[in-house]
Amino acid sequence: MDFLRPASWEEALAAKAEHPTAVPIAGGTDVMVEINFDHRRPEYLLDLNRIGDLSEWEVGEKTVRLGASVPYTKIMENLRAELPGLALASHTVASPQIRNRGGVGGNLGTASPAGDAHPALLASGCEVEVESVRGRRMIPIDEFYVGVKRNAMQPDELIRSVHLPKADGPQQFSKVGTRNAMVIAVCAFGIALHPETRMVRTGIGSAAPTPVRAKEAEDFLAAALDEGGFWESGAPIPPSVAKQFAQLASGACNPIDDVRGSAKYRRHAVGIMARRTLGWTWESYRGNERSAQCA
Amino acid sequence: MRVTFTVNGRQQEADDVWEGESLLYVLRERMGLPGSKNACEQGECGSCTVRLDGVPVCSCLVAAGQVEGREVTTVEGLADFARQRAEHGGCGTGACGTSLQDAQQWEAKPQDSQTGEGAELSPIQQAFIDAGAVQCGFCTPGLLVAADEMLERNPQPTDADIREALSGNLCRCTGYEKILDAVRLAAARQDRVQEGAV
Amino acid sequence: MATTGTPTNITQGSKTKGGIGESTLRPDGTLKVTGEFAYSSDMWHEDMLWGFTLRSTVAHAEIVSIDTSEALAQSGVYAVLTYDDLPTSIKNYGLEIQDTPVLAHGKVRHHGEPVALVAADHPETARRAAAKIKIEYKELPVVTDEGSATADGAPLLHEGRDDHHAGHVPHPNIVHRQPIIRGDAAEAAKKADVIVSGEYVFGMQDQAFLGPESGLAVPAEDGGVDLYIATQWLHSDLRQIAPVLGLPEEKVRMTLSGVGGAFGGREDLSMQIHACLLALRTNKPVKIVYNRFESFFGHVHRHPAKLWYEHGATKDGKLTHLKCRIVLDGGAYASASPAVVGNAASLAVGPYVVDDVEIEAVALYTNNPPCGAMRGFGAVQACFAYEAQMDKLAKKLGLDPVEFRQMNAMEQGTIMPTGQPVDSPAPVAEILRRVKARPLPPERQWESSEGADVRQLPGGLSNTTHGEGVVRGVGYAVGIKNVGFSEGFDDYSTARVRMEVVGGEPVATVHTAMAEVGQGGVTVHAQIARTELGVAQVTIHPADTQVGSAGSTSASRQTYVTGGAVKHSCELVREKVLELGRRKLGTYHPAWATAELLLEGGKVVTDGGEVLADLVDVLEGEAVEVEAEWRHRPTEAFDLVTGQGNGHVQYSFAAHRAVVEVDTELGLVKVIELAVAQDVGKALNPLSVVGQIQGGTTQGLGVAVMEEIIVDPKTAKVRNPSFTDYLIPTILDTPTIPVDVLELADEHAPYGLRGIGEAPTLSSTPAVLAAIRNATGLELNKTPVRPEHLTGT
Repeated sequence: MDFLRPASWEEALAAKAEHPTAVPIAGGTDVMVEINFDHRRPEYLLDLNRIGDLSEWEVGEKTVRLGASVPYTKIMENLRAELPGLALASHTVASPQIRNRGGVGGNLGTASPAGDAHPALLASGCEVEVESVRGRRMIPIDEFYVGVKRNAMQPDELIRSVHLPKADGPQQFSKVGTRNAMVIAVCAFGIALHPETRMVRTGIGSAAPTPVRAKEAEDFLAAALDEGGFWESGAPIPPSVAKQFAQLASGACNPIDDVRGSAKYRRHAVGIMARRTLGWTWESYRGNERSAQCA
Repeated sequence: MRVTFTVNGRQQEADDVWEGESLLYVLRERMGLPGSKNACEQGECGSCTVRLDGVPVCSCLVAAGQVEGREVTTVEGLADFARQRAEHGGCGTGACGTSLQDAQQWEAKPQDSQTGEGAELSPIQQAFIDAGAVQCGFCTPGLLVAADEMLERNPQPTDADIREALSGNLCRCTGYEKILDAVRLAAARQDRVQEGAV
Repeated sequence: MATTGTPTNITQGSKTKGGIGESTLRPDGTLKVTGEFAYSSDMWHEDMLWGFTLRSTVAHAEIVSIDTSEALAQSGVYAVLTYDDLPTSIKNYGLEIQDTPVLAHGKVRHHGEPVALVAADHPETARRAAAKIKIEYKELPVVTDEGSATADGAPLLHEGRDDHHAGHVPHPNIVHRQPIIRGDAAEAAKKADVIVSGEYVFGMQDQAFLGPESGLAVPAEDGGVDLYIATQWLHSDLRQIAPVLGLPEEKVRMTLSGVGGAFGGREDLSMQIHACLLALRTNKPVKIVYNRFESFFGHVHRHPAKLWYEHGATKDGKLTHLKCRIVLDGGAYASASPAVVGNAASLAVGPYVVDDVEIEAVALYTNNPPCGAMRGFGAVQACFAYEAQMDKLAKKLGLDPVEFRQMNAMEQGTIMPTGQPVDSPAPVAEILRRVKARPLPPERQWESSEGADVRQLPGGLSNTTHGEGVVRGVGYAVGIKNVGFSEGFDDYSTARVRMEVVGGEPVATVHTAMAEVGQGGVTVHAQIARTELGVAQVTIHPADTQVGSAGSTSASRQTYVTGGAVKHSCELVREKVLELGRRKLGTYHPAWATAELLLEGGKVVTDGGEVLADLVDVLEGEAVEVEAEWRHRPTEAFDLVTGQGNGHVQYSFAAHRAVVEVDTELGLVKVIELAVAQDVGKALNPLSVVGQIQGGTTQGLGVAVMEEIIVDPKTAKVRNPSFTDYLIPTILDTPTIPVDVLELADEHAPYGLRGIGEAPTLSSTPAVLAAIRNATGLELNKTPVRPEHLTGT
């Protein structure tokens, strides 16, 4: 095994081009487990810790450019207003120690359906900035996950950052685990209301071979909100609409039975989380509408 | 490969490090610092918690090569670390952390006590003993590093704050009640010191 | 060359006061908080090698061939050992039945069985070499439950077995069977106005001690070996290790290293023999440290169990009879299964008066992971079932569940189903009263001005509910656990106590082979020495095999038995010191000859309080030392047909009240409070007593809601050997645990104390289950409760 320590992004890209099998390591919270448990013996480890840029973020007018290695702790502490869904998801990642090291780049690189960031990333409609010596490209999150633990990246590419639209409405994230902390998701659900575009986006984790959106549920809800004039009125969502949304979210799952939970439970729980998180976001939207009207 | 970094204020060097070795392994097996414990080696127990440039991390999940040139504080250095923090004005207002400069000025003092009696301890270490928070003690080093860092950020934590901050540290012996007692005790003593100082 | 991390004397100096009954602090506390306390995995030697164990990847197979040549050829590899390299004709070990191969011979019987060993200069070198060992398996059908294990033509785990249980079991795949028959259950059932029955399932729990199996074996010049090890019983290990190595016991010198928890999981050998074999073969020190994955295969687990229970009661609430059958899955090797069967059978009735019983307990041999000792030892599984039955009965009778239990609670004088009278306090009704009388925690504690605090709700940080679907439930349970080794076992301990003057102060040194695994035995030993010998300074000598056996740190027995031995040896030392005083100074004061003399505050005093001499003067230039054995009252075996016999020494009782909040839609549980009341006889160290009770309670909570080793029933392979998928409670899963300690002395025990470590693990689980049933209205006959069970998915 060789340990490559590029001092700059350019050096990292060059190293990855020269050694496409090199495994990038940043927070180490996935890679080191696999090494410690003898599940993986990469020829090269490519340390990204010395590239300061990866641990930085910029808040722009419309988007946040989030470095791939920004630790989840920093997201929770600093980006709660701009990226509320991802901040909530970050808070459910493993333990404080892991949140101090891990970042979204690791979740995206591993592309495990159980990664906690995915539902929030899907719901936000972000783009992943990847780069190789051949050039830079932006991969829409909807096209990023291509199979079980597989993503749309080429072997010579590295994840530099994620570009997330700043929240224009309430966002929520919820995850089921069989422990009250430090637990891998049995399943998870993220939702983002986008009042500016009158859209709703969602993300489901651990309930299909890849992280997925519940598109039918989104379309149904967007139409129901639109037709009923809910965006304008801020009226409560009728239980029938919430129920239908939950059922469609549940239907978007394609889960398996494993040691963490049954397929049937995952479908069920995603439905419950969909209904609850919709309730929380909509209550928040209504609250903001009302306070805006008062002001 | 060779790895050089600062541990508890002293520069340390290790040769012939296998590239897949963790910081934990290097500390324990190459630097004679076995205080950080190897309970799960998958980031699920917190027993190996150390501070890397001031930040609590699982040392089992940091590749040794990633630590090159950085600062590590382990349980072995906790007492001196806390003493120097107190001498530099403490952290009564919270959210002050430890600057890299502070960390660099700091140096561990060797202890030559076999029994440990009379050793100078940090407030959190003393509180763990006094509250009965130590049984088998295998989780203790990681908990101490995590709890000490929390009290540095949040000197007056609620019970829910303590539980959240320590939710990455498993203990199998105590049922956590005495650990909560210990952190409350350390916080209360810290308060008294602060009040006394004012 | 020196080994680092070897244990040293620990002296608590004159700053530490405190005899028995005081919450003195741990003598090893300072070392443990500074990171200087050396656990077995911390041992180090400059030119040591790393040992690695290659384990079977299948559960049941013939080993067709093993080829180690490529592994041996690797640079940095010093030895590769298989069954063929074992040096003597003794190739098996075992606690009671020597059925466990040191390395697999021709066959593997469970997933993860050790097949080959490697010693190399780095753990990675050893792992890579092990990966080059070629093993050809021919897979065999697996048996995984009672049906498959006792079916016609079922593969036999141990063909031709000739152990002392082989003759009385109904099938060779049954390790041991213990019936207990008293009265006439069939006749008594006719008097019952209500009868309830149920089938209960208890999952496989892991001890999950945090310090994985590890140790260092150092070859010695005399051809022997020094072994630094984390274990529960040094001399039991020694008795099993030495014959396999072909060494006399005195050439296998064992020293206890720091032990990172045990809970029963270190009663059986793990890497002890392996490290010694590699050290003797390479003539170099060899360290073996399991990682968490291997640890799940490196020790036995708590027996999973199926329990069928039928109880009857009259309409005024009196239990009429009990019929029950308990099937424990012992896995591939016997380990402690026979004793677990005896416990499950003899405690199957719980802390209740039932005159007419028909009880049967068996342990199976299967291809599942071997199961053996874990805190609670057979009594845990039974308690889960009988407490569920008590709630069912109370409900059917329209009685309050606590009052119903109290109406049938055993007390001092009750005759157990084994015919043995309970001859010390049994405050079962009282401890139930106490947990019930405690005010309930306030409702909706998670509400705050800033909205719901998810940390206090089911799901915790995962943000699954802000109060939706959350229902509260309250449940009660009580249990009975035996203390000490039962069934006629010669359960003794040994203590060597020395008194001398060091640095102008009288010092007592206590040397035992007791395994300090975290329970605080060393604290108590120092307290006993202070109480008995009137000194401030006590030195605790490291535990090793240079002193007689202390027996096992298990069965809640160490404070009773080794504490008893320390007390006994201190008393003998005191007599010798007084004799010495009489000889040296007796002529100066008539009281030396006439008065009752005590040692207090470093002085010899009369029972009237008159000081006769300083201990320093008595002991000047002399040391007094005694090594003596001490044993508790003898017990008897249970009759193999009727189960009658005075099998137990002492009982221990705890009761719990659980308050839970359940998210009924998602099936997630938050335990809000787990209140305990327990009789401890005499709290030698109240702080440690409370710590033990809280820790035991939390392990019971774990198996109620999350802990289970999942074994694939088709392949008998373990599916979740990691802390990612075998979950134990975090601090956010653990509630406040208020503890109410009763001290009703047992006149038969030293200081009146009662063993305490296990009882709280028993009733915690059924109390949580009862609370979840109370919240949800569901039957819930299996533990751990999973979200699927609560949501019907």
